[in-house]
Amino acid sequence: MKRSINIVSNLDWFSVALWLTISVIGWINIYATGYDDRHTGIMDYSQQYGKQLIWLLASVVVAAVVILTDSRFYHLFSYAIYGGALFSLVLVLIFGKEVNSSQSWFEIGGISLQPAEFAKVATALALARYIDGRNINLTSTASLLKSLAIVLLPVALILLQPDLGSAVVYAAFVFVLYREGLNPFIFLSGIVVVVLFFVAVIFEELYSTMVIMAVAMVGVALMSRRYMMTLTLAVAIAGVAAATLLLDRAAGFNIGADRALMAGAVAATLLMVWYNFRFRIRRCMVLLLFMTASIFYIYTVDYVFHEVLRPHQRERINIVLGVESDPLGAGYNLHQSMISIGSGGLTGKGFLQGTQTKFRFVPEQSTDFIFCTVGEEWGFLGSAAVIVLYLVLLMRIQYVAERQRSVFSRVYGYSLFSVLFLHFFINIGMTVGLVPVIGIPLPFFSYGGSALWAFTAMLFILLRLDSERRSRLL
Amino acid sequence: MNDRYLNRRHLISAMAVVAALVLLGRLFHIQVVDDSYSRFAERNVVRYVTRYPARGMIYDRNGELMVYNQPAYDLMVIPAQTTEMDTAGLCDMLGITRESFISRMEAASSYSRLVPSLFVRQLSSETYAMLQETLFRFPGFFVQSRSLRDYSLPVAAHLVGYIGEVDRRTIEADEYYRPGDYYGISGIERSYEEALRGTKGVSVYMVDVHGRRSGSFRDGAIDSDPVPGKDIVTTIDLELQAYGELLMQNKRGSIVAIEPATGEILAMVTAPSYDPSLLVGRARSENFRSLQSDTLNPLFNRAIMAAYPPGSAFKPFVGLIAMHEGVITPDMRFECAPGYRFVGCHSHHLPQDLPGAIMSSCNAYFCQIFRRIIENSSFGSVSEAYSGWNQRLHSMGFGSRLTADLMNELPGFIPEPAYYDRFYGEGGWRALTIISLGIGQGEIMTTPLQLANGMASIANRGYYYRPHLVRAIDGEQPGELIAARVETGIDSLDYTHVIEGLSRVVHGGEGATARHIALPEIEICGKTGTVQNPHGENHSVFVAFAPRENPQIAIAVVIENAGFGSTYAAPAASLMIERYLTGTVTNRWREEHILNFSTLAADEEEY
Repeated sequence: MKRSINIVSNLDWFSVALWLTISVIGWINIYATGYDDRHTGIMDYSQQYGKQLIWLLASVVVAAVVILTDSRFYHLFSYAIYGGALFSLVLVLIFGKEVNSSQSWFEIGGISLQPAEFAKVATALALARYIDGRNINLTSTASLLKSLAIVLLPVALILLQPDLGSAVVYAAFVFVLYREGLNPFIFLSGIVVVVLFFVAVIFEELYSTMVIMAVAMVGVALMSRRYMMTLTLAVAIAGVAAATLLLDRAAGFNIGADRALMAGAVAATLLMVWYNFRFRIRRCMVLLLFMTASIFYIYTVDYVFHEVLRPHQRERINIVLGVESDPLGAGYNLHQSMISIGSGGLTGKGFLQGTQTKFRFVPEQSTDFIFCTVGEEWGFLGSAAVIVLYLVLLMRIQYVAERQRSVFSRVYGYSLFSVLFLHFFINIGMTVGLVPVIGIPLPFFSYGGSALWAFTAMLFILLRLDSERRSRLL
Repeated sequence: MNDRYLNRRHLISAMAVVAALVLLGRLFHIQVVDDSYSRFAERNVVRYVTRYPARGMIYDRNGELMVYNQPAYDLMVIPAQTTEMDTAGLCDMLGITRESFISRMEAASSYSRLVPSLFVRQLSSETYAMLQETLFRFPGFFVQSRSLRDYSLPVAAHLVGYIGEVDRRTIEADEYYRPGDYYGISGIERSYEEALRGTKGVSVYMVDVHGRRSGSFRDGAIDSDPVPGKDIVTTIDLELQAYGELLMQNKRGSIVAIEPATGEILAMVTAPSYDPSLLVGRARSENFRSLQSDTLNPLFNRAIMAAYPPGSAFKPFVGLIAMHEGVITPDMRFECAPGYRFVGCHSHHLPQDLPGAIMSSCNAYFCQIFRRIIENSSFGSVSEAYSGWNQRLHSMGFGSRLTADLMNELPGFIPEPAYYDRFYGEGGWRALTIISLGIGQGEIMTTPLQLANGMASIANRGYYYRPHLVRAIDGEQPGELIAARVETGIDSLDYTHVIEGLSRVVHGGEGATARHIALPEIEICGKTGTVQNPHGENHSVFVAFAPRENPQIAIAVVIENAGFGSTYAAPAASLMIERYLTGTVTNRWREEHILNFSTLAADEEEY
């Protein structure tokens, strides 16, 4: 009895409040997408919002069960749970139901379950248990490889379904590894390479080059505090680019403004080498080298993409990235999604007043594209509120994770943070055309039981661990 | 607790904050700064209703209406806008089953949930009237008016062709078309599809959340009117066409008539044929199936697709080549033994010159001159000489497609030297091996159109215009069709001797093969042909042009399984010529003779 009182008083009620708020707002928006004048009752179980209400109530039960389970259970059985999750991923390949040509669902008595969602919880537990072990040091290759194996095993099984979206989310664990000692250079380069790849394919080279240069100049200015030098560098870039452009016009090669800017970047790097000898500011030189390398990388990706890849390969990538311009073809989802969000304006069209989402122009609108309803009916203000809510939840989870005294709990907390973060960024990012269209749900928000229960369980496991952080050293 | 990496938490927090800021910035841009998405959204809640233009009409050369339009109403559906409704009521009204309703709905959804698809085609007028009253109860459904074809006479089905619903391939290839649109599938309807179809217009309506029209969008500012299709004046003489089809009743074969001076096709009859109105309206697909499975094959256009050996009708062309190659002169005579080697002939008492040989259709004469052509020593070898003969035939319009505006035309067949090399080995064949070519038998195949065009080139004494079907589109000549005239390359003087022979076929003395078809006022130049048919009764062929001076009509008649060319094909040609040139027929007995003749009855007994 005493223990459960402890739990109530030690529970991080702020997180619980955020969880409840987001879930309820999510349900309201699912209601809005399903609403029409013939289905007005909220208890209509033929409609998605009616079912989601049941899933929500069930998730409260899940939360209660999780919170009442002894925290030692999660530590002791972490590998067993992980093994069970892997087993269920194998089973789904054999007995699963095929939906949209991927086999990722169990169907048990009218309820569909997606084992890939629950496998995230299991992976987080197993990774936490492993890193918590004695003599584990992520700067050593062996430990790093073993950690990676824990993450990549479920990824491989999920890719067999195949379900690219669910697999991509596992990339989130790289944040956990970074926090626990992964070489920062590997971490940052990895992130930069991925980000620049999308930038190269989606945006015009000229703009990406200019943005990279601006970021580099700001970086140089902040790091060196030599503003005159930074200005000189910027002028050098602009001057060399302009001169190249003029010469090019005269010679008639027509290389274009973007390549002239590349010449400017090379010139600025050379100038920086000279500054380096004068002022001994090595970090700035590395930054400029990094900038030039990034620009060349962008052009290489662009070249490979447009010149080396064959049209059908290119098309496949374009479809995955959602940059196909044909608004009625492959890019249809993205186009309609951006229309409905964009038409929301500053304050939105009002609750239940959305026209785009009402008319079902947006496909998957209650699951992957649920944010469209927020954007259309609640406008920029409502969208911003939702994003801020998620950011607060993320910050809170990180704060909770950081205050743990055991490595197990901290790693687990960071796993939750990272997975939640990636879901949040990819899901909303894809609805506004920033991220390729990858079908993953918005946590606590999208229609569907599996993801809701998995995230709820994942959150409340952390809250349970957190409630005992003072009483127990796991 | 030793945590060496504690500081790393800042970078991770910073990334989350930056990510949130990036999302906020992007949202601010598309929601507040950029208003183009709101404009797109407006377009999503308006409905585009296509306004179909009237398809162009088709007239004959004298301005008689051949093909026009009748109104029709199609029920369309936008799957995304349908909601739960009285499905049973709608099914009742439309007279379709529940299963049919579901499968139609699925078909429409599979194309697009947002673009209108055809649901039920060509509603009856009662259904249309009933629907108009109750349509508001069925959100997502609306009626689209369009026009169907109608025909003034049940003739010329193959010429004008038919229209039908576009298939998926066409939709993908040409963005003009949407599912449920009609387009020309054969004949003039297909060749001149772009001119006939016009340009679709669009009306834009605002639609409320229930899919009901709530007025015109921006007062019709962006509506566009449909542009009607262009009218087409064909080269066909509708009366002559109908008369030709009448003559060919109960027979298999075809008649092609061409105006030599222009290459305009005056009539193109194929038999058996069908009533073009069978392929219009809701019974279309059923009728099409039964026409397709008909053993008489009425969908087959014999005039341009059937290839026969030309038989004796080919002899004038053999004579022309011989003169052109200089292996004979028109007055050289060749004896008839009777016949020549293994080719039989009626015994002709005197050795014949060219006009005489044409008049009496002397096989022996043409075998001998063919041998001279092929064994011509001015060519290096038999094969080269044969190539020369081949080229001549091509320049006279045989062995390749002639028309520019009939899609399904077949080229006939003029064997290449390589063809014989394959059979007999290189150098293993000589003139005697292929001697039957000299009298139009053997491997050579021509279409009725090519024979008529060949007669036009003789009538013109050395040139022809590509046969074509259309005189004017919306009052303007379709330039590329009235192509420059095609020269046969044979001296016009050579033609006069052949024409003399062709005239004697009808107007000559004893031995002339078609004396019985002579007309009182008109000098017909013609040639009979009896095409040996290993599968049954021989085919009856007659080719002709008239009058001899200033020819107005060149004609080829092929009647399958009708025996001698002089018996049926020749009188039919004579009737056609008289009808075209004088507007009437004087010899009733001759007309009765053709009308009462049937080759199909005999067939039926066989089966």
